[in-house]
Amino acid sequence: MMRRCTRVFALLLLTALASACNRPQQQRTVVNFWAMGAEGENIRPLLADFTARHPDIEVRVQSIPWGAAHDLLLTAFAGGSQPDVCQLGNTWIPEFQAIGAIQSLEPFLADSSILPRHYFAGIWQTNIIDGSLYGIPWYVDTRVLFYRSDLLAAVGYDAPPADWQQWREASQRLVARNPEAYALFLSTIFNDWQVPVILILQNGGRLLRDDDCYGAFDEAATLEALAFYCDFFHQRLAVKNMSEVANIFQGFNDGVFSMMITGPWNVNEMRKRMPGLSDRWSTAPLPRKVNGVSVAGGASLVIFADSPRAREAWRFIQYLSQVNTQQAFFRLTRDLPAVRAAWHTPEIEQDREIQTFYRQLEEVMPAPKIAEWEQVAVKMQEYLEQVLFNKLTLPEAVRLLNRDVDRILEKRRWLRARGLL
Amino acid sequence: MHRKTLIPWIFLAPALGTLLLFFFLPVAASLVMSFTDFDIYAIGKLARVRFNGLENYRRLLEDPLFWKALLNTAYFVFAGGPLTILVALLTAIGLNSRRLRLRPWFRLGYFIPVITSLVAVAVVWRYLYHPRFGLINYILSMFHVGSINWLGDPQWAMPAIIILAVWKNFGYYMMIFLAGLQTIPDYLYEAARLDGANWWGQFRHVTLPQLAPTTFFVTLMTLIGYFQLFAEPYVMTQGGPINSTLSVVFYLYQQGFRWWHMGYASAIAFMLFLIIFLLAMVQMLARKRQEAA
Repeated sequence: MMRRCTRVFALLLLTALASACNRPQQQRTVVNFWAMGAEGENIRPLLADFTARHPDIEVRVQSIPWGAAHDLLLTAFAGGSQPDVCQLGNTWIPEFQAIGAIQSLEPFLADSSILPRHYFAGIWQTNIIDGSLYGIPWYVDTRVLFYRSDLLAAVGYDAPPADWQQWREASQRLVARNPEAYALFLSTIFNDWQVPVILILQNGGRLLRDDDCYGAFDEAATLEALAFYCDFFHQRLAVKNMSEVANIFQGFNDGVFSMMITGPWNVNEMRKRMPGLSDRWSTAPLPRKVNGVSVAGGASLVIFADSPRAREAWRFIQYLSQVNTQQAFFRLTRDLPAVRAAWHTPEIEQDREIQTFYRQLEEVMPAPKIAEWEQVAVKMQEYLEQVLFNKLTLPEAVRLLNRDVDRILEKRRWLRARGLL
Repeated sequence: MHRKTLIPWIFLAPALGTLLLFFFLPVAASLVMSFTDFDIYAIGKLARVRFNGLENYRRLLEDPLFWKALLNTAYFVFAGGPLTILVALLTAIGLNSRRLRLRPWFRLGYFIPVITSLVAVAVVWRYLYHPRFGLINYILSMFHVGSINWLGDPQWAMPAIIILAVWKNFGYYMMIFLAGLQTIPDYLYEAARLDGANWWGQFRHVTLPQLAPTTFFVTLMTLIGYFQLFAEPYVMTQGGPINSTLSVVFYLYQQGFRWWHMGYASAIAFMLFLIIFLLAMVQMLARKRQEAA
């Protein structure tokens, strides 16, 4: 018995010695970072630079495809295998905050170089839930108007439509001139809830009321904006069936439609696919109503709730938020920088189309910041589609939509009433 | 315990233990879950779960999407099932013929779709179904049939899924039929021929009755298997267009893993179990009655 004890003791001593010998060699803290799609694939060159500056931290990046990211993150959190720091689409932040997966960054913010005024106000807002900050914007996007300058000029518009009135008029004239074509392409596929939401916000309306616990789709300003949206389809000004255009680039090139609302990723795509069209299209901030807002998009960096390496993760976030890192990241991915000072580089300043996004980003608003937002958005799309195809009238659709949304938000009301959320 | 009764239990223990841990426990857990509103909020904190009795089941009965999914699934089962069995039976009879040469090769060929990954197969079938460049429409155009938008048209999407499923699955049932055919003793056919039965007569009065147990087994298996339609719409259509290929299990998946409505998804699972169980019972009873008669 005695003998066995000594043997075990010796073994323990040996392992302790061995690990002690390893220590001075360099003890690195490993920070696990999950990034999605192109960002995850292209970030590696920056990691070497970060390690050079912070020899005590090693960032391991895991690239996950966008399509699976949401499920993967939730299951990872449920199973306790979440990363330390992660890229999160900014409409997902409320959901991950609600389930307690991510931590407030307020304590870190106090003595750091990251300041809210370095960012676009509307984008910064997407990271604030109940007055507390949960993410730092990494890159940004939003939707603007893409238009065919030649076709608009042919109907008497030397400048893109500036407000709703002009927008509708220009559309009517475009279709009057060429009845075969449409004026507008507003994506109606599921999950692309952006355009109706933008119109509602521009009209000074809201989607939800009473602490985001009930649908507000029947309110006057909201209803008016939705009617404006549906009219584009009912008057045959906007493309209704996706099958009528092979793809948006071809449709834009062939003049099947002259205007569309889409994001920054299509600027380079359009240049690449339709080089011959270069001097005949451009971008502009969205036509205005009460205001000219677009929806705040992009992704933020978040730290998971019980990460033991939160301090190191924060240093990595700070590094990614420096002006020159942001510019290097733009060169790697073409994602628009979240830090405004990073836009002062010739590549961005001399690009007319990208400058449009800068102007639009000064005027963006977040989508409703609730965990159930995507469910609400999909429901809204479902009912609007039925209005577009004349299966329901708008007032009927809005009544049913409000009823369904109230049901979706029932749990939220219960949790809020009991202080559980 | 007596030694003699103990020993079998020791041998059974590993299998039973695994089954208990990874099958019966999760099933029991999801049954309990189906009486709660377990959702995304509950992941972090169990205090956010409410026990709500039969509420999920009540809501399910008035959920138009669930009915739509059930109807689609029934369409798939009652059109695709018999078709699969028919194709399997006919190919099995063909392959059983002694006059056919290279029989093992044909058998292999028909069985390959069964063992091929559906995801790989789906890529090919999406090309075949392509409305403009697909092989199927090309062949149809030779018979002056207009272009069909197989996966894009709500009318055609389910038939397209059925054709794919029949092609993918018939090989398995063909093998079972083939085994059944080979157990039919030759002397029955000889006797039938002596009685002057032609090919049809032999098929009706010898082959089919002798195959009855096999047919029953195959029907039961397709019924159970086809009600759980999921992978085909998942890889081919994502339930679209306009929910025309939304199956019960796909709807369950959407509710559970897209919206994280685990309570509701569990209720769907048990509802489906109940439906399959009842239909299987009906089939068993019908078979028993037939045997008694």
